[in-house]
Amino acid sequence: MSTAAMPTRQWLLTDQPASRRQARFGQAYRIWLALRANRLAMVGFWIIAGLVAVAILAPLIAPYDPVIGGDLRTVRLLPPSWSHPMGTDDQARDIFSRVCYGARLTLMVVALVAVIATPIGLLVGTTAGYFGGWVDTVLMRVTDIFLAFPRLILALAFVAALGPGIENAIIAIAITSWPPYARLARAETLTIRDADFINAIRLQGASAPRIIWGHVVPLCLSSVIVRVTLDMAGIILTAAGLGFLGLGAQPPQPEWGAMIASGRRFLIDFWWVATMPGIAIFVVSLGFNLLGDGLRDVLDPKARK
Amino acid sequence: MPVANPTVGGGRSGALLIWIKRGGTLLLSVAVTFLGLLLITFVIGRVIPVDPVLAVVGDRASQSTYDKMFIEMGLDKPLWQQFWIYLQKIAAGDFGNSFLTKKPVIEDLARVFPATLELATVSILIGTLAGVPLGIMSAVKAGKFADQLVRVLGLVGYSAPIFWLGLLGLLVFYANLGWVAGPGRIDIGFEYSVTQTTGLLLIDSAMQGQWDAFRNVVAHLALPSMLLGYYSMAYISRMTRSFMLAELAQEYVITARVKGVPEWRIIWVHALRNAAVPLVTVIALSYANLLEGSVLTETVFAWPGLGMYLTNTLQNADMNAVLGGTLVIGSIFIGLNLLSDLLYTLLDPRVRRRA
Repeated sequence: MSTAAMPTRQWLLTDQPASRRQARFGQAYRIWLALRANRLAMVGFWIIAGLVAVAILAPLIAPYDPVIGGDLRTVRLLPPSWSHPMGTDDQARDIFSRVCYGARLTLMVVALVAVIATPIGLLVGTTAGYFGGWVDTVLMRVTDIFLAFPRLILALAFVAALGPGIENAIIAIAITSWPPYARLARAETLTIRDADFINAIRLQGASAPRIIWGHVVPLCLSSVIVRVTLDMAGIILTAAGLGFLGLGAQPPQPEWGAMIASGRRFLIDFWWVATMPGIAIFVVSLGFNLLGDGLRDVLDPKARK
Repeated sequence: MPVANPTVGGGRSGALLIWIKRGGTLLLSVAVTFLGLLLITFVIGRVIPVDPVLAVVGDRASQSTYDKMFIEMGLDKPLWQQFWIYLQKIAAGDFGNSFLTKKPVIEDLARVFPATLELATVSILIGTLAGVPLGIMSAVKAGKFADQLVRVLGLVGYSAPIFWLGLLGLLVFYANLGWVAGPGRIDIGFEYSVTQTTGLLLIDSAMQGQWDAFRNVVAHLALPSMLLGYYSMAYISRMTRSFMLAELAQEYVITARVKGVPEWRIIWVHALRNAAVPLVTVIALSYANLLEGSVLTETVFAWPGLGMYLTNTLQNADMNAVLGGTLVIGSIFIGLNLLSDLLYTLLDPRVRRRA
């Protein structure tokens, strides 16, 4: 570490932060330091960073067009080589380029599901936990009903109703992923609901929505974020499964699950068509699993086993 | 303890009362969950863009035929009445007709269900028999090489798409090595020689003494069941490990060690018996999760079960069949959850006493 960086480091690690902003940055920096000490979590972190980089830089990295193929007579179903690192598929498209562009779709699915499902889970869970009584009973019953379904089956039924397509797959996965977050947020809310600082705010006349949004939600956020990170691998696998069944992204979109499905027909003679996108799914969900495990160890020492 | 133990004070009748009360609460919550399940399938059935009347009468029907059918199907009634009719039909076992097979959905489901049951049961046996010892081993050798190995095995199971591993398995073990039979449940040559009484081909062929057919069934079952078994093993071994670690840190283990009880006995008898209680719940839950894995696995292996029926009907927008299948899988899921709750109460005296 250079000497110029030292004051920044001290500013971050001070035990007497001068402002709220400094305290927040300091906390984030401490989490990062703890995470950096965990080698497997860092492997996961770099995999995700790689995914984001590939998704952003796809047009620069991919040597060919992901949708328009080459000459069907000469470049169809070629095995992996220097000019086509992952081979070509039955439409004479370069599989490596398709996998690169597929990173965009995967990232979009994960981000949108997280953005839709997390607030729903937080809202339902904190409301149920804060108010208690019949509100709690009703909201948790609804949550239990959604939890009583196998996730993929429920997503299947929703996609069947909404029609196939990547947007509908995202909605279906989001609808099926919020219940665990609601459970978690409720449990966290119950532990802080009767804390003195909440009572103090209430006596000052703060409204329930203000207390929930301003004081309860921020405290639930870290454990919910860990849970969402751990779930991301599952989200990717569900999206890929829907794609594989022909209910997610539609051809010619380079979605990894759908690519495996199209390679399935030539599996025995042209193994690379179905194998390569599968490796991509495997590596990315492994990355999310490793990062999630590491984050859980750092943010929630109670759960460490 | 500040809370008085009601079973002690109330005597026999008090205990009975608590059992009735708890059973009632449980039944009520199951009934509400089930009603919610029905409501979800009903709503999904309503929002589909396909006109249910057109699907029945065809698009060349006259307006009067269409209107007649519209009223006959009860679509003119308010929604809550339609839901009530839907409930009555489901209670009578009427799931409507499948658009694809032209048969009542309930008959189709009864026909395909044994295939899934057989696959899931063999898989959970593999998963349990492999997962529990592996979990115990990694708890005993926590932090050592064996523990890391089990962890990696689990991580692969959590990260690899099951349909992809299935395809790779077919490529390697069927196409290249020829160790197992290909897709399907049984070779066509045997398909009509085995009379299906239970629908479980392993039992049917064994009871009829057709050992060639039995071996063929095993060859077909091996790969998909090992694959699904691997996925439940990943979960079961992880949970076994954490339960065993918790037990091995207890004081009774130290006492047993001080008394000179051999280590294998401490692990396999003392600790495992206590870890077994939550483990039963885990196994019941992963049995339920196998149903989910079966949708993708059955598609890969052309396994004529519930999962493949569901995907086939889905791709043909056959909503009656899709909703029927969803309802059956959801019900099994609820049933297994209930079963694991009951087993937990039955096996753990501490939970039993806490009313």
